[in-house]
Amino acid sequence: MIPGPFVYHRPASVGEAVGLLAAHGEDARPFAGGHSLIPMMKLRMAAPSHLVDLAGISDLATIRDEGSTVVIGATVTQAALIRSDLLAARLPILRETALQIADPQIRTKGTLGGNVANGDPGNDMPALMQCLGATYVLAGPDGSREVAARDFYEAAYFTLLQPGEILTAVRIPVPPAGHGYAYEKLKRKIGDYATAAAAVVLTLDGSTVASAAIALTNVASTPLFAEEASRLVVGTSLDAATVKAAAEAAKAITDPATDGRGTAEYRREMAGVMVARALVKAADRARTGA
Amino acid sequence: MSEIDTIPVSLTVNGRKVQRFVEPRTLLIHFLREELNLTGAHIGCETSHCGACTVEIDGASVKSCTMFAVQANGASVTTVEGLANADGTLHALQEGFRQMHGLQCGFCTPGMLMRAKVLLSENPDPTEEEIRFGIAGNLCRCTGYQNIVKAIQYAAAKLNGRTYQEAAE
Repeated sequence: MIPGPFVYHRPASVGEAVGLLAAHGEDARPFAGGHSLIPMMKLRMAAPSHLVDLAGISDLATIRDEGSTVVIGATVTQAALIRSDLLAARLPILRETALQIADPQIRTKGTLGGNVANGDPGNDMPALMQCLGATYVLAGPDGSREVAARDFYEAAYFTLLQPGEILTAVRIPVPPAGHGYAYEKLKRKIGDYATAAAAVVLTLDGSTVASAAIALTNVASTPLFAEEASRLVVGTSLDAATVKAAAEAAKAITDPATDGRGTAEYRREMAGVMVARALVKAADRARTGA
Repeated sequence: MSEIDTIPVSLTVNGRKVQRFVEPRTLLIHFLREELNLTGAHIGCETSHCGACTVEIDGASVKSCTMFAVQANGASVTTVEGLANADGTLHALQEGFRQMHGLQCGFCTPGMLMRAKVLLSENPDPTEEEIRFGIAGNLCRCTGYQNIVKAIQYAAAKLNGRTYQEAAE
């Protein structure tokens, strides 16, 4: 399988990259790890005539600590997320999630920016970014703007990213030290997309939940921020009845497809199971400081 | 004839500098096999699932079927042809695969070896579980993986100056 022909561009700055996309319009695609785009190009389901490789823009490959916010460049790979001591200390849920994506070789090339910008409902990072309340930095011909991850996704492969724009960075507010977290993903085998998955970040005040955020992967055409489920657990001790109620509230907003991973009914049920497991694990970690 | 110009790439492959003009759409696996006649890395699934095309690029494992040759411009690439020791003796991993019967048909073996090399460089003494997780991107349809795991354990032991002791089953 050989992709169609294209002109290869390797700009050295975001400004140059945006200029190339503007000049070539619909025929041009930004390109990072290539592990979504190259397979589509081999199948000729994508045939861009210009590829704008972001690998030459060194600013995009950095992880920056800004105190209350961590800023991750678009071309930081999943492998780099896993290796980062900064993230291990301040946002350990990123490592936990990245380790459940694809396999080691693909994590060498796959990037955070590609994972969140592509709009594939099977990708794991979008729900995590919604859980964390992250914002995406989008650069275009008229400058740069920020969009909340919770507002970014419209439908499968449709996002607020406009033609000619590049997602350059993800800004993540750092949860307080001692927060609990978990990314629970049910999959048939390593490398698979989720049958259902849930991200949870919470804080405890004594034994009471002080704050909580829950989001879901691959159980609708977009990632889902489970607002009602998140609200339900705040102020409780996360007793069994509360966990069950939160799982039910999360299930209620899902709309999974029936596919090789199971029937819609099964996948909805599993979304609830993942939420329950993630809540219990996150609370446990917050209690024990693990 | 293509209307797209070829572009120059310059990289190091198995310690040797190579320069070629390539079409941008040339995949690295095709570049290695067809331009350089290095047919060790195999084309299996062509969909980045099977890992038979795995090579080492700047110390990391990559599936060379899902990367353009132009992306490797300036990089150092090692294929299975570059794995043996400089004096021609087998690398510890190659010896391990031979001693522990880590292959049957051999199709997945070049990818397994190159993935295992990077795994051991990152984690010189992995547990069985870490080995299995580390080679999760490489599929073998013959062995059931048992002897591949042992082969990697054999190599890890040898590289750490120990003699491999097979665990009782």
